[in-house]
Amino acid sequence: MNIQIENLTFRYPNGVLALRGVSLHIASGELVAIIGQNGAGKTTLVKHLNGLLLPSQGRVLIGDWDTRQYSVAKLAQRVGYVFQNPDEQLFTKTVADEIAFGPRNLGYPKERIETLVEDALHLTHLETMRSMNPYDLSPTWRKMVAVASILAMDTPILVFDEPTTGQDAASVARLASIIAELRRRGKTVLTITHDIDFCAENFERVIVMGGGQVLLDGTAKDVLGQEEILAQTYVDPPQITRLGLRLGLTEVVCTPQEFLDAFERRCSA
Amino acid sequence: MPIVKLHQVTYHYPLTQTPALQAIDLEIEEGEFVAIIGQNGAGKSTLCYTLAGFIPHFYKGELQGLVEVDGVSAQDSNLSDWVMKVGLVFQNPFNQISGAKYTVFEEVAFGLENSGVPRPEIIRRVEEVLQLTGIADLADRSPYSLSGGQQQRVALASILVMQPKVLVLDEPTSQMDPIGTREVFSVIRKMAEQGMTVVMAEHKMEWIAQFADRVIALWEGKILLEGKPHQVLTDERLLEKGFGVSRYTTTARLAIPRKLWQPERPLPVTLEEAVAGFSARLHSNAPEGQP
Repeated sequence: MNIQIENLTFRYPNGVLALRGVSLHIASGELVAIIGQNGAGKTTLVKHLNGLLLPSQGRVLIGDWDTRQYSVAKLAQRVGYVFQNPDEQLFTKTVADEIAFGPRNLGYPKERIETLVEDALHLTHLETMRSMNPYDLSPTWRKMVAVASILAMDTPILVFDEPTTGQDAASVARLASIIAELRRRGKTVLTITHDIDFCAENFERVIVMGGGQVLLDGTAKDVLGQEEILAQTYVDPPQITRLGLRLGLTEVVCTPQEFLDAFERRCSA
Repeated sequence: MPIVKLHQVTYHYPLTQTPALQAIDLEIEEGEFVAIIGQNGAGKSTLCYTLAGFIPHFYKGELQGLVEVDGVSAQDSNLSDWVMKVGLVFQNPFNQISGAKYTVFEEVAFGLENSGVPRPEIIRRVEEVLQLTGIADLADRSPYSLSGGQQQRVALASILVMQPKVLVLDEPTSQMDPIGTREVFSVIRKMAEQGMTVVMAEHKMEWIAQFADRVIALWEGKILLEGKPHQVLTDERLLEKGFGVSRYTTTARLAIPRKLWQPERPLPVTLEEAVAGFSARLHSNAPEGQP
C-alpha cells in the first residue's frame, strides 16, 4: 500500500514547529529507514501515518485514505505502529493476550487471530513465553512483545520507532530477520533508527531528516556516504562506510562484505 | 584504596532460583571509568542496581557477599545516605523522571532541593550542568515533551548535578543520535578525569574502546572477561558467546583469510585502528605489485 505525504507541516500546541513542508512518496513493499538527530521530526512524521497526529497543513494519504477523514481506530487497519518505549503500549496479563488484542480489535475471525498470534510468537521467538506477564520479561523481550502485537495485526504498512534501542546483538539480529521476512511478504516497512549500522545493513532506501525537513532521500549507498550533510543532522556515516571513505575507496560501502570486496580490488589495482 | 569493593557478591531477585549475579569480585579505583558489557539478561542492570544501593534497599531478594563504597557497606547503610555517594542514571529515562516537575530546570534541581541545598547554589549548579549536558535550551520545556535522547540528557543532568562520588549509568545513550552519544561519552570522560568514578553498562563497543579505562564482560551473572578495552573487546570468547563486537573487529577477522589484514597485527576496535591496519596492508602491497 502506498503512502503519499504532501507538503506536511505540523506545529505542536506549544508552538514548536516540528515538520516544515515534508513531501514523500513511499511505494508498496518498500523498506525505508528514517534517520536524523533527536528532535529532527522523525517520530512526529510517523505519528501522522496512523492519525495520532493530524497535519497543521498539507495532507497524508494511506492508500486512498486521507488521514484527516479516518479515525485512528480505522487507520489501524492499514498502519501498525511499534512505539519506541514498549511500556507505552503493553497492558494485558499475558504475552499471548497482548498479541491477540490488536487483531481482535480489528474484528478478525477467531481462526485468523489464532494463526496470526502463532505466527507473531514464532517470528519474535516468544513461543515459550506466551503465558507470562509482559512485565515479568526483560526490556529486550518486552520490546519483542510490542513488535509481535503489531505483527499480529497483519497491516500492509508497519512502522518501527527505534526498534534496536537498548537491544543486544542477538536481539538486533532477530529484528533484522523480522524486517527481512516482512519484506518477503510484501509489507511496506518504515523504521526510525539511530543505529546507522543497522540501517546500512538492512534497508534499501534511507530518508535523512533534520530540522523538520527531509535533507536526503535515496538508496543507502547514495545517502550514507554524504558525510557533510549527515553531520548537519548529527549523524555519522555507518562504521564500514567511514572506513571505506577514510581509505579512499571510490565506491560507498555499507557492509563488511562490500568493504572487503572493494578493498581487495583496490589492493590488486 | 579502591572506592568500590565487591567481594563474592551473589544476588537472587525475589522468587527466583537462578542468581542474577554470581560470586562477583570487583574493585574500582577512584576516578576510574569502567564499562560493563554483556547481553541482555547477563546481569548488567542488576550490577548497576547493586552499586547504586537499589539492591538490597529497594529490590528485595537475597544479597550475599560484601558491597562497599567509600569504606561503608551497603547492608549497613540506608538508601538516602547511599544515593548521596552513588548516583544512578536509569536505562529508561521515563522511569527516572520524577513526574512532579513542570520544567527541565526544576527536574534537574529536584535532587538538590530534597537534600536542602541553598537556593542560590541550586540555581548555579543546575545552570552549570545544563550547559555541560547540552540542554540549556530545553530548560523551560516539560521533561515529557522531549524526545527519548533529550530525556536521557535530562536524566544524566539530574544525577551529575548531585556530584556523586560514583556515577553509575545503565545504557545512558541508548536513544541518542551518534553525535549526541559522543558528546555524552566526552562529558562522562571529563567527569572521570576530575575524579568521579564511573561505571557504565553499554553496548557501543567503539565508544567503550575510546573512552573507558577497563571493560568487564558479564555472562550469565558472572565476570567472563576483564581487562583493558582493546584486549577484552577483541577476545575470541566474546564471539563464541554471541556478544556484539565492533564492526571493525568483525571486518578485520573476515579479512585475515582473504589476506587483507596482517594476521600478526592486533584486531581493531576503533575506526582509527582499522584505518591504520588496512592502510598498512595497502602499502605493504604496493612494492609487490610493481614488476
